[in-house]
Amino acid sequence: MRLSSLLYNFKQGLLNIWRNKMFSLASIATMTACIFLFGVFYSIGINFNSMVKAAEEGVAVTVYFEENCSQDIIDAIGKAIESRPEVLRYKFVSADDAWASFQQEYLGDEHASVAESFADDNPLADAANYEIYLNDVSKQTALVDFLYEQDGVREVHQSEDVARTLTDFNKLISGISVGVIIILIAVAVFLINNTVTVGISVRSEEIAIMKYIGAKDAFVRAPFLVEGVTIGAIGSIIPLVLMYFLYSSIMNYVAGRFSALGSMFTFVPIADVFKVLLPVSMVLGLGIGFIGSRLTIIRHLKV
Amino acid sequence: MIKLDKVSKTYEAGVQAVRDLSLHIMPGEFVFVVGDSGSGKSTLIKLLLKELTPTSGRIVVNGKDLAGVKHKQIPEYRRKIGVVFQDFRLLQDRNVYDNVAFAMRVVDSAPREIKKRVPHVLSLVGLQPKYRALPKQLSGGEQQRVAIARALVNNPKIILADEPTGNLDGNNAWEIMRLLDEINQRGTTVVVVTHNMEIVRSMRKRVITIKKGMVTGDEEGM
Repeated sequence: MRLSSLLYNFKQGLLNIWRNKMFSLASIATMTACIFLFGVFYSIGINFNSMVKAAEEGVAVTVYFEENCSQDIIDAIGKAIESRPEVLRYKFVSADDAWASFQQEYLGDEHASVAESFADDNPLADAANYEIYLNDVSKQTALVDFLYEQDGVREVHQSEDVARTLTDFNKLISGISVGVIIILIAVAVFLINNTVTVGISVRSEEIAIMKYIGAKDAFVRAPFLVEGVTIGAIGSIIPLVLMYFLYSSIMNYVAGRFSALGSMFTFVPIADVFKVLLPVSMVLGLGIGFIGSRLTIIRHLKV
Repeated sequence: MIKLDKVSKTYEAGVQAVRDLSLHIMPGEFVFVVGDSGSGKSTLIKLLLKELTPTSGRIVVNGKDLAGVKHKQIPEYRRKIGVVFQDFRLLQDRNVYDNVAFAMRVVDSAPREIKKRVPHVLSLVGLQPKYRALPKQLSGGEQQRVAIARALVNNPKIILADEPTGNLDGNNAWEIMRLLDEINQRGTTVVVVTHNMEIVRSMRKRVITIKKGMVTGDEEGM
């Protein structure tokens, strides 16, 4: 195809959008609605996920050592912990650290004399431990079982109920998100199929004329593809812009009106949300536009 | 130029539209194909455009056996045939110039060639002053002249006209026929499918009569 023909088809594709204003508007509106809803559910999902993740990361497993456990054995336990993939981070708390922390937390300045009465005799001499934080609380029980198998481990403290609740909650959110996204995709396919059917009836005569005067399939298809992809691009840019401002506004509103929530919950930064939302929405919009326009003409190319 | 040898076409529903039809049209001829509704005239046009494939028989157009023309080669084949329909089939959202130029764009002609050729063809059909008009702003006769200009613009060897005067009044119908006759005088083979017997009798051209899908008459004009 000549460059002039390519430019002509590109121009015709853009003109088609204008010529079929109502059809174009209906397609853009359908796509905008679907991608916007997808964006809303994705944002809710990612924030819930981050909230659960933050809660998960706060759940620690504590490993205590047998009496008179040598430093070599403690180091070996540390290495064993480090080798586990579910471990996010861990830290060693010595008996002195444990005593200092206890004094600060429970005795404070008011009861400093109680602490002083122990002088150099650490009442928590056996309380040296490893504090372990997981990246996936559902693996907590497996980790605890593993830890009990290690030499020198006296006791392991875990928050079984918290872990189970968080794991169940996470599964529930994943299930709801997948369900909602499947329903949204089904609705989008239904609506887009309807708009495409309207498009077919509007354009069938035009396609037939092109074929009768000897247009090749590629020539017939080109303006439709330009039209479809442009509609797809507009239909995904509009909801993305809306989402950007809506998300920022909600973040500012919550931060201003419900500052107490700030300590419990932090929004996922907008850049992180858009890291996935932007490419997925663009691929969805352009893909639907491309496939929709191909479907519009495919049946009529047989003339 | 156009040769049909014992061509039959039976539709899926079992209707036999054309049966054992044989005819031969020479280069430069002007031929009327006449017959009642349902006689198989439109099927004949569709077979010649390779929109339909015959159930049996052989069709040769411009020296090419249509059985050997694959789907991908159909556009190339159709470019050598100008086609005119009863309902004009113009692109309603494009003006006269663009409708005619479109046929040249389809065959990937150079923009310079399009700018030169389209005004020339529009002047041949007498529509140069109205090149910016949209189809809906033209009379039926003018719209059919645009369709003829579009059919002519790529210099086809054959023009197939399917009931070109079917939607036109007497004067306009005569104008279109005169135009097709002029085109024929310049060397293009013209095949006109019609049931307007008044025009057919007056034009004194070859007339092929089809009845129930078979050739029942083939007379040279006098």
